[in-house]
Amino acid sequence: MSDLLEIDRLVVGYGGAPVLHELSFSIPSGAVVGLLGANGAGKTTLMRAIAGLVAPRSGSVVFDGDVLDDVAVEDRARRGLAQVPEGRSVVAELTVDENLRLGALWRFRGAERERAIDEIYELFEPLARRRSSAGHQLSGGERQMLALGRALIARPRLLLLDEPSLGLAPLVVASILEVLRDTADRTGLTVLLAEQNVTSALSIADRGIVLGLGEIVADAPADTLAADSALRHAYLGF
Amino acid sequence: MDRLLYLLATGLARGAVFALFALSLVLIWRAARIVNFAQGAMAVVATYVAFAVTGLTGSYWLGLGSALLAGAAIGFAVERGVMRFAPQGSPFSGVIIAIGLVMVLQSALGILFGQQHRPMAVPFDERPIMIAGVPVFSPYDLFVLVVAVAVMAALALLFTRTSLGLQLRASAFAPEVSRLLGVRVSRMLTIGWMLSAAVASLAALLLVPTELGLNPHSTDMLFVYAFTVAVVGGLDSPPGALIGGLVVGLVISLVTGYLGSTVAPIAVLVLLVVVLLVRPGGIFAAREARTA
Ligand SMILES: Nc1ncnc2c1ncn2[C@@H]1O[C@H](COP(=O)(O)OP(=O)(O)O)[C@@H](O)[C@H]1O
Ligand SMILES: [Mg+2]
Repeated sequence: MSDLLEIDRLVVGYGGAPVLHELSFSIPSGAVVGLLGANGAGKTTLMRAIAGLVAPRSGSVVFDGDVLDDVAVEDRARRGLAQVPEGRSVVAELTVDENLRLGALWRFRGAERERAIDEIYELFEPLARRRSSAGHQLSGGERQMLALGRALIARPRLLLLDEPSLGLAPLVVASILEVLRDTADRTGLTVLLAEQNVTSALSIADRGIVLGLGEIVADAPADTLAADSALRHAYLGF
Repeated sequence: MDRLLYLLATGLARGAVFALFALSLVLIWRAARIVNFAQGAMAVVATYVAFAVTGLTGSYWLGLGSALLAGAAIGFAVERGVMRFAPQGSPFSGVIIAIGLVMVLQSALGILFGQQHRPMAVPFDERPIMIAGVPVFSPYDLFVLVVAVAVMAALALLFTRTSLGLQLRASAFAPEVSRLLGVRVSRMLTIGWMLSAAVASLAALLLVPTELGLNPHSTDMLFVYAFTVAVVGGLDSPPGALIGGLVVGLVISLVTGYLGSTVAPIAVLVLLVVVLLVRPGGIFAAREARTA
């Protein structure tokens, strides 16, 4: 399998010292990769840089063979790079249906668009009952389903999912991640899943990349990471 | 009592124009978080275009169409040419740029066309129809009401029933998330300015013939009243603009009719102050906090 995403000596910062130090790694097409690390390690910064929301100081993001340096955020989305940001970012003023529709607009028209929306309702059944509720009326779990469904609706090739477990009950997290894993297996979707909650991330990931203060401290198959108690203690806190 | 019906009808027609203009301010506020103090000056430029086109072709309707197009073009130019470069982060930068724009546009019109008032003709009678000796409403008032209601209904449909409207709303509420979903937010912002300026131009074109005539300052009071309406209704609320417009229109018409035209601006000012004291966010300010 060829690499879908390649991060090449990426340096990102917010004014002071860099937050990511010459980060390099790549993800083959179809892999589900956990991006692990404590709060402040730089997971969100990396995801925002990949999506184009923060400009790197140097280095590049290569997606499907194309250097993305000069590609705008919305065009990265249109090339098949989807992101569910930290905090889920459901548009509070729009209904569930409108939030989903928004994700499908550039990709599908007419009947195809309606079918794509219906498929998400089949994937996340609780959403179907809340079609016309406003985003701000949803529970945390419903918001995460909506944010994920809205990202999946355009059939992206790479999904960047930032801390979906934050503030959710373990059972809810497990059911959402299960849907994600099934979708990846079914469609060949590539996933980069940022999590502090290492156990849930490793439960569905093939591989884990551990970030510590902006550098990669480990990169290994998920079961190896789960078994490495020294590493767990040093960087993952369990 | 004889004049009450007529004052109410005229008040409604004027109120509809204020509502349209206030709605145009709400559109920009929602899209760009800017109170566009240049909206009146931009609209008066479009009204001069309409005046010129009607003068050349003899057709009021071609003039009306060109006011809409000119308004949209001015909205495009102001957003792409000026506002886009306003420093982000301070709410004042946009306001100061807008005030600068007012000076530039109004002086340019003054240099080109002078300060005299140019009467604008309309294809409807502006005198009231009499029923049993009582003045009721004028055909022009009715025309204004119908146009304003049609435009507002069209805007409501655009924003709530179309893909473009969904993208306009999403870009206004959550620009970053919208971009992540492939929405061309910067294009939506431009379209928002174009729509808004076109609506404001239409409002100006409807109002100016009922005033002294066209002059570079013809829309100054319209802006002040519509701004009051937008604040009274809540800058974030299109229904607030509609209802606020009608209320301010009726207040002006009744106060002018019964107390005299010099009292009207004072009455509007009192209304503004009272609303700001009681509900600083406007009567229709959204109750739930923004979370997106
Ligand atoms: N917008 C910002 N401005 C300045 N510093 C930031 C900003 N966002 C994150 N940081 C800093 O960058 C570092 C990495 O943060 P972040 O990427 O959010 O980590 P994580 O998602 O792994 O918790 C932290 O030290 C944080 O304080
Ligand atoms: Mg984070």
